[in-house]
Amino acid sequence: MNPLNPLSSLHPVHQLETLQTRRRFLKFSAMGLGAAVFGSMPVKGSGLTTVRGTHFTPKAKRVIFLFMAGAPSQLDLFDYKPDLHKQFNQPLPKSVSMGQRVTAMTKGRDQIVAPSMFSFSPRGRNGVYMSELLPHLSNVVDDLCIIKSTHTDAINHDPAKTMFCTGSQIPGKASMGSWLSYGLGSMNKNLPDFMVLNSAFWTGGTGNVQALYSRLWGSGFLPSKHQGVSLQPEGDPVLFLSNPNGVNREGRRKMLDLVTQLNQQHLEELGDPEIQTTIAQQEMAFRMQASVPELTDLSGEPDHILDLYGPEVKKSGSFARNCLLARRMIERDVRFVQLFHRGWDHHVGLPKKIRGQAFDVDQPCAALISDLKNRGLLDETLIVFGGEFGRTTFGQGNIQRDNYGRDHHPRCFTTWMAGGGIKGGMTYGQTDDFSYNIVENPVHVNDFNATVLNQLGIDHQKLTFPFLGLEQRLTGVTGAKVVKDIIA
Amino acid sequence: MLGGVFDSRNHAMQTLVRIFVGFTIGTLLGGSVELRAADAIDFSRDISPILSKKCFQCHGPDEGHRKGDLRLDKPDALDGPFADHDGYQAIVPGNLEKSDLWYRVTTDDEDDLMPPEKSNLAALTDNEKALIKQWIEEGGKYDTFWAFIPPARRDLPVVDSERWGQSAIDRFIMDRLIREGLTPNPRADRRTLIRRLSLDLTGLPPTREEIQAFLEDTSDTAYEDLVDRLLGSPRYGEHMAKYWLDLVRFADTNGLHHDHYRDMSPYREWVIRAFNENLGYDDFSSYQIAGDLYESPSTDQLVASGFNRLHLVIDVGTALPEESYTRNVMDRVTAFGTAFMGLSVQCASCHDHKFDPVTMKDFYQLFAFFNNFDGEPETGGRNGLDFKRGLQKPYIELPSPQQSAQLEAYDQEIQSVESKIKDREETLAQAAEKTEQANEDGKPKKQTDPDIETWKKELDRLKKERDEVQMAVPAALVMKEREEIRPAYMLKRGNYDQLGDVVQRDTPGFLPPMKSGAEHKTRRDLARWVVDPSNPLTARVAVNRFWQQCFGIGLVKTSEDFGAQGERPSHAGLLDYLAMQFIESGWDIKQLMRTIVLSETYRQSSVITPGKRAKDPENRLLARGARFRMDSEMIRDHVLMVSGLLNLEIGGKSVKPPQPAKLWEIVAMPYSYPRVYEPDQGKKAYRRSVYTFWKRALPPPQMSIFDAPTREACIARRERTNTPLQALLMMNEPEYFRAAAATARQLLSRNGLSDQERIQVAYESITSRQPGSRTTETLKQALDGFRQLYAQDNESASTLIAHYVGDGVEDVQVGELAAWTMLTHSLFNLDIVKTRQ
Repeated sequence: MNPLNPLSSLHPVHQLETLQTRRRFLKFSAMGLGAAVFGSMPVKGSGLTTVRGTHFTPKAKRVIFLFMAGAPSQLDLFDYKPDLHKQFNQPLPKSVSMGQRVTAMTKGRDQIVAPSMFSFSPRGRNGVYMSELLPHLSNVVDDLCIIKSTHTDAINHDPAKTMFCTGSQIPGKASMGSWLSYGLGSMNKNLPDFMVLNSAFWTGGTGNVQALYSRLWGSGFLPSKHQGVSLQPEGDPVLFLSNPNGVNREGRRKMLDLVTQLNQQHLEELGDPEIQTTIAQQEMAFRMQASVPELTDLSGEPDHILDLYGPEVKKSGSFARNCLLARRMIERDVRFVQLFHRGWDHHVGLPKKIRGQAFDVDQPCAALISDLKNRGLLDETLIVFGGEFGRTTFGQGNIQRDNYGRDHHPRCFTTWMAGGGIKGGMTYGQTDDFSYNIVENPVHVNDFNATVLNQLGIDHQKLTFPFLGLEQRLTGVTGAKVVKDIIA
Repeated sequence: MLGGVFDSRNHAMQTLVRIFVGFTIGTLLGGSVELRAADAIDFSRDISPILSKKCFQCHGPDEGHRKGDLRLDKPDALDGPFADHDGYQAIVPGNLEKSDLWYRVTTDDEDDLMPPEKSNLAALTDNEKALIKQWIEEGGKYDTFWAFIPPARRDLPVVDSERWGQSAIDRFIMDRLIREGLTPNPRADRRTLIRRLSLDLTGLPPTREEIQAFLEDTSDTAYEDLVDRLLGSPRYGEHMAKYWLDLVRFADTNGLHHDHYRDMSPYREWVIRAFNENLGYDDFSSYQIAGDLYESPSTDQLVASGFNRLHLVIDVGTALPEESYTRNVMDRVTAFGTAFMGLSVQCASCHDHKFDPVTMKDFYQLFAFFNNFDGEPETGGRNGLDFKRGLQKPYIELPSPQQSAQLEAYDQEIQSVESKIKDREETLAQAAEKTEQANEDGKPKKQTDPDIETWKKELDRLKKERDEVQMAVPAALVMKEREEIRPAYMLKRGNYDQLGDVVQRDTPGFLPPMKSGAEHKTRRDLARWVVDPSNPLTARVAVNRFWQQCFGIGLVKTSEDFGAQGERPSHAGLLDYLAMQFIESGWDIKQLMRTIVLSETYRQSSVITPGKRAKDPENRLLARGARFRMDSEMIRDHVLMVSGLLNLEIGGKSVKPPQPAKLWEIVAMPYSYPRVYEPDQGKKAYRRSVYTFWKRALPPPQMSIFDAPTREACIARRERTNTPLQALLMMNEPEYFRAAAATARQLLSRNGLSDQERIQVAYESITSRQPGSRTTETLKQALDGFRQLYAQDNESASTLIAHYVGDGVEDVQVGELAAWTMLTHSLFNLDIVKTRQ
């Protein structure tokens, strides 16, 4: 349907090249250069900047993005600052905060340091420090590459989530999964390329919960067939999947046979190949009516697998169940699966709330890693984990040793990657003693996204789409870079 | 004589290569129809796109990112293409060898080759090189970019074609067809035409009666009369409004953070009425840009100025207000640029535009016009009636006379009760004073008065009732200027807190200057400038969008971008002709629509032959009628219309037809208002889709699955995809299935008809066509199949009827009605039903 399929024009261009080459040859001959030079001339592409398909051999085929909406505190989960307790209730030195912008909530307020109340211990073969809140992930730390120096541009949830998911704070751009669907195409004829799983509930922070927007998995300017298909926790998992009441599969088949027969007649009469597409998509819809229920039917999962993901896996709409569904999607070659888990926006009462959130995600994330590993799928599946920004070292609300809140902090936060050709058992990047500024190896969210594309064999600068006068790309125009140091 | 192309050209030898290039690339890439063989170089058409795409990133208007002190966008610049650069000159007219540009794009020296490897731009293609070569050889002449010079009056092409239409449109189209060696399709049949016209002008299919009347009308003016009837239908305005509402990102929520409710429905109502009353496009535009600045503005002008309030708004307490304010202004300018200028001016908010001559200064001069809003940049708290009504100051109340009377009555009652209370309290106070004097312990006794208690309760009740009336009163968000002009600055990299130089209100330097000599130019002056006949963009951009509605694709395909990166028009002469006609007609939209649909070009059959498809896959040359999938709103309205469920009430607040449960909850915040989708019942559930409630964070799936935008950004053209999710929607959407059942029930209520006759009625109602004998037979067999199915499975039949029809169906009819429902529903799923052809 996209008329701009560069591949379809290769043939005549090639012919032209031959013609043009002959002329160049004459020119070079005249200049005294031999045919040897001409023979080694690189053959350039079709003239369009966009190159779909992989640009080099990919390390990974699929991605699972575990999006922690609301922004988890890096200070309480990953970014261990052993000496920070000495600063308890002390003002954050101006030399650290440097007058950097804050949100409307803490503007003009004192910035008082609130150290994490949670203990950390070295784990895995390299002694990576992990919070006590993440016992299960600590067990698989040798598979994790923990990036402590992620940073972003936006300080509020909505623009920051839009930034991470689409590469721009301004709504209207294409999301990562839709870029992959557009760039790499489908590996599965019965399921969409890009599927989204939103948690229907979460344990910590049920009060102040941030909104999601369909733009986070939207296709923006790309054709909408590339947009994420959001699986619903209740009712039809894919919208309008079930037959109407009183219509069974046999009736549906009969109906489609009739429709196809008539569509065929109209195709003969009108000659529009789009009718052929309609027929094909109706058949795909029919297949999805079988493949999606098969995908979401967990009755064949043995107990030891269910146990691996933890007790919540039994509840529809839980993060644990969505992790298990993600694994099933990966097995069925869905290209990109994105989970959104909300409830991380802990301005007050952080310790209590983050315990609940960690309970939600710790075991399922670890289970997902080991489950995929046991099936030999982790090597070619990249799992990434992160929120839209981090949280401040200074507290919000009444600051006590065991009770405090934290405001938004875009200047540094922690994300991790696992599998998909990424080194395990390491941390990357460093923040200062307050986890306020990055002191080593900053990774902008665009760099993060460029790295994800890189693992899939895509040069992020070459996957582009012309819109509003620009060759749009996921990673923006300011020059993102792949984080090479973490690639295995 | 025939305006053939090959007989009038002298470059036979030189252009041999280009003929080859033009035909193969031009036709296969579809989008590149402006590439043509055997013409002399036209800078705008042939060269400007190459320079823009391959060179301007570093050698274009953006000073901040310019490399090697060379700019190729401005021929007379000191660092321009003809200037001396240490002994080199980028372009030496007529001399290929001495032109450094030619060396740079053809060399094999990787260090010298342009564009360089690290720019990630592909090297010039061979046909691009061929064009550059010819251009330099022909003298390397520059022209002003086509869209930035006013449309020129051109002679109509002379085409020898008595067989075909003689309208200006037809002559321009035919002229090109002849040169491309194509012939137009024959006229479509009358059934196709009435369906096409009805869908294009009203968004609804014709009824069987309307089809019959048109078929029987043998007068010469039958087609024209039909066009005029449709243009006069109130449905016309609703349909036209739909496109405009995409363009200005109309929605019912704020779009950010909580994504709270916002009521802009009076603006929508005004747009619909403006189209129906055929308000000139000049006033239509001016009212929106600056309706509030007219002398004693009318209600319509004020409501229209709400265009400036359609941007996304964040709620208070999250971002910094200064940041929100700036963001809003930028959003406003972006909308202005897209809607009226067809340019992506916002690209210049951080740096000079990379490709178009829009400088940062140009952008912030436009910014300055919209930088004086007298209101809060963020929505207020969640308390109060304004919040519940989706209003934010400034707004105007638009009560009906009845509502005014009611409110006044309440005000009087409230006042009288209040004064009763006040009087009594005073009396009591005086009495208390006296008692106090007499009281020795000095403590006044608390007096309770039963009357006051009663009155206060009454007062509460009255206020509550008044609020309820007030809740139903429409109100319109309007634009308003601050008394004192807020200074505008260049913002470094577009950051709200990094102020650069002060800028004055003005329009971009590369377009004709404003005529106003006032020291402080206003939005009203800006509006005048927009609709001044000398403005090269306004009419072209508008005409192109209306054309796009009728042909599925604009003469300029990128209808949102008329800049250097946009596509060139497929028929530049026609676009200019229509633009000038449009201005001269007094910006008469109905007349323009009429002109377009009366052309033979429009009336062609859309049958596609393999030859024509191969030559012109996108149908840019229009050797056939357009065939394209209808928009989501049209698809839904069509289903409801055919089934007799459609409620044709006009205007009012947005409605909520049923949608799958829990879609909002999964994205909303606990205090989002509204958070839970509460579907409307009864007739309200069957309003036209233009009235459907639009939550930006999650638009109605029936719309978004069929490519409707989220309305977060201005969209001038929708994508048109064909996906399995759309197939599922058509197959299983419960309301669409209910409509099929309603259609079936109507069919069965017609007494004394045979199966064949009922099939014919159903087929004609849904497709506007008559089924041939083969189709009828196919349908009859399928019907018998469905009957059999439900005869064997009576329970499923009962389930179907219980869910989608309800009570009142006789037992003996249950299986029959179920079978007919399947049949009509199958027809709803045909490609020709969701497609306008």
